[in-house]
Amino acid sequence: MKIPIYLDNMSTTRVDPRVVEEMLPYFSEEYGNAASRNHPYGWKAEQKVDEARARIAKLINADPKEVIFTSGGTESCNLAIKGVCEIYREKGDHLIVGSTEHRAVMDATRRLERSGFRVTTLPVDGKGIADLEALKKEITDKTILISLMFANHEIGTLHPVAEIGKLAKEKGVLFFCDAAAAQGYVPIDVEAMGIDILALSAHKIYGPKGTGALYVRKKNPRVRLAPIIDGGGAERGMRSGTLNVPAIVGFGKACELVLSEMEREGERLWKLNEKLRKDFEASLDYVHLNGHPTQRVPNILNMSFEYVEGESILMGIHDIAVSSGSACTTATLEPSYVLIALGLGVELAHTSIRFSLGRFNTEEEVDFTIKRVVETITRLREMSPLYEMAKEGIDLKGVSWKKV
Amino acid sequence: MRQVYLDHASRTPLLPEVRQAMEPYLSFEAGNPSSLHRFGRKSAQALDEAREKVAFLLGAGREEVIFTSCGTEANNFAIKGIAAANEKRGKHLIISSVEHFSVLYAARRLERQGYRVTRLPVDRFGGVDPKKLIEAIAADTVLISVMHANGEVGTIQSIREMAHIAREHGILFHTDAVSACGTIPIDVDELAVDALTLAADQFYGPVGAAALYLRKGTKILPFLDGGGQEEGRRSGTENLPAIVGMGKAAEIARSKMEERIGHLSTLRDRLMEGLLSGEGVTLNGHPTQRLPGHVSVSVSDVEGEALLLSLDMNGIFVGSGSACNSKAMKNSHVLQAMGIPERVARGTVVLSLGIDHQEEDITYVLEVFPEVVARLRKLGTHNTVQQGVRVTK
Repeated sequence: MKIPIYLDNMSTTRVDPRVVEEMLPYFSEEYGNAASRNHPYGWKAEQKVDEARARIAKLINADPKEVIFTSGGTESCNLAIKGVCEIYREKGDHLIVGSTEHRAVMDATRRLERSGFRVTTLPVDGKGIADLEALKKEITDKTILISLMFANHEIGTLHPVAEIGKLAKEKGVLFFCDAAAAQGYVPIDVEAMGIDILALSAHKIYGPKGTGALYVRKKNPRVRLAPIIDGGGAERGMRSGTLNVPAIVGFGKACELVLSEMEREGERLWKLNEKLRKDFEASLDYVHLNGHPTQRVPNILNMSFEYVEGESILMGIHDIAVSSGSACTTATLEPSYVLIALGLGVELAHTSIRFSLGRFNTEEEVDFTIKRVVETITRLREMSPLYEMAKEGIDLKGVSWKKV
Repeated sequence: MRQVYLDHASRTPLLPEVRQAMEPYLSFEAGNPSSLHRFGRKSAQALDEAREKVAFLLGAGREEVIFTSCGTEANNFAIKGIAAANEKRGKHLIISSVEHFSVLYAARRLERQGYRVTRLPVDRFGGVDPKKLIEAIAADTVLISVMHANGEVGTIQSIREMAHIAREHGILFHTDAVSACGTIPIDVDELAVDALTLAADQFYGPVGAAALYLRKGTKILPFLDGGGQEEGRRSGTENLPAIVGMGKAAEIARSKMEERIGHLSTLRDRLMEGLLSGEGVTLNGHPTQRLPGHVSVSVSDVEGEALLLSLDMNGIFVGSGSACNSKAMKNSHVLQAMGIPERVARGTVVLSLGIDHQEEDITYVLEVFPEVVARLRKLGTHNTVQQGVRVTK
């Protein structure tokens, strides 16, 4: 077993060696010596890009022509939301967005709010699932887009995507689904689930950084998007710029691999995930699972360890890489808005750790993690007066704190 | 058969040293630079180092470099972002008529949103006359964007002069330096530009990494919203291997620039002279104010596409103008703006040299080129195509 242990696969994953192998030729040989072929080098690259497109389409049951390449998940989300709003503005000015969406979705909608759109933030229940009844009520004839993620990146909870898709169809509203946290871990079927636009990211599924994709439905209905990166051409006119061929080739391979290994790998990860949770619950008191116990991707476990700060836990278990929130928000030490949306208090939110397992994690690593986390929490709690008081049965909510 | 890749203007191959620098970040370094744990910190450090190297190439400060996914993104970011953030200063934009599609179309998008756009004409060499710029400046001009060097015809613009004019008028100046940066010396302070676009795959770095230089204090509207990377100006997980590669390529470009320029211009001059000695062959772009490895020629009575394919069969790979243009097969907007008649423009090919070329490569090209031209003229492909018959392989 190699230390440190990487349990932060929702931030980014290590690129699978099989993916690297497929990419490497496109960094140099295929280009530097483009001279090795009897036709312009671009043609071969185009072939490989189309192959990748088909592999990605297969993962989500789409037509390859419906897949557009971007530079990553963030760009995909920005393009989906801003692109729809620019085109459909005349139809309406109202969006409905989940309260636990990724920052890219949150911030893109906030930007639109400033240019005159109305945004309704849809609440979730205590397990992170969107309230469909509330969604139904919020849809008006001015609603042009519903943006709800497939799975949440911090707690792993899966929204009832197919039901949302059905509702959106009935109401004639477009449905955008950010699948960056779900792709490769659970089956995605844009047709059966009624998804109109779907965002994917390569580096979350053992593919390279620097590339992502956006599925844009071509019929029933034909979705139109205004590009955010103009240049008069590529990707059905929705995204111009040089195609990052090696990364796209790697993305395609990564999709092929996750698809073929999804079932077996899903079972393996869920077993490890449950082991982590059960052992924490058995060895420690005052621990809480954040997210849904079963409606969840198999690789995410988010737990609160009451009376210890997440940051202290991170330092205590320094040879295990985990996250105390979304990768993108860790630089700011605000409590995760996802956990707050679940109804966790600020204090409890600050005691939360996200373990995200991946293809390269072993049972041995999980065992080591359990041991190290339990040790660390126990040690930290020994120093915590709050924990001591709680153990003594003092209701901390009833205590009035005095500044001295 | 000898093989000569003469399409460096559309992209350069990756240097082995650059590839080597990238590989660790491609395979076994897993971190996300935003993560706090050691994997993340290691990645953040690599990101910093790359930023410093790119900044050094430009004579810029580290915090003035914003990484993007490609030159097209950086150009869109600059044009739309600066215009939006400085909207209060006015809604007039000046660009040149020979800009890359990413600038042309970004400006067109702004036009639809109520901006006025002035497109400056160019002379027969593709150069913008700074006097014309002064004439175009209005009270509400907010941004001027003129490219540094043109990738289709190789002409280098008087950026320094135009940027100073902009500064005197209190107008922000952006230059798309994708074709120039990493090839010829660029110092953002000496040029007095406020924003500048560069792309790694034009100086022997990888695709997937480019940057926007943005002078400290210049207001810009964030382009991609989200996780707040790049000081909140361009969100999205950084493409670390490509960025590391860009840093390495920038470092090498800076240290070897003079040597490369010397080598390339010697070869180019010989190539240019040789090609132009042929009958009915004319040079496009400025005879001296041009990129060191760049030759664009129009050959009379020959169809450019046929010429490209015939050269290809002889192991010589040339470009047909702008890379993004090659599929569309439309007439080049650059040649059109220079006033080159369509019948001449049709016979245009671009030969752009790379640092690995040797004298023998030039000898080979100069031997094959006239033969191919003579054969095509004899076949009369030009007429065939004009009659509506496409030449295919």
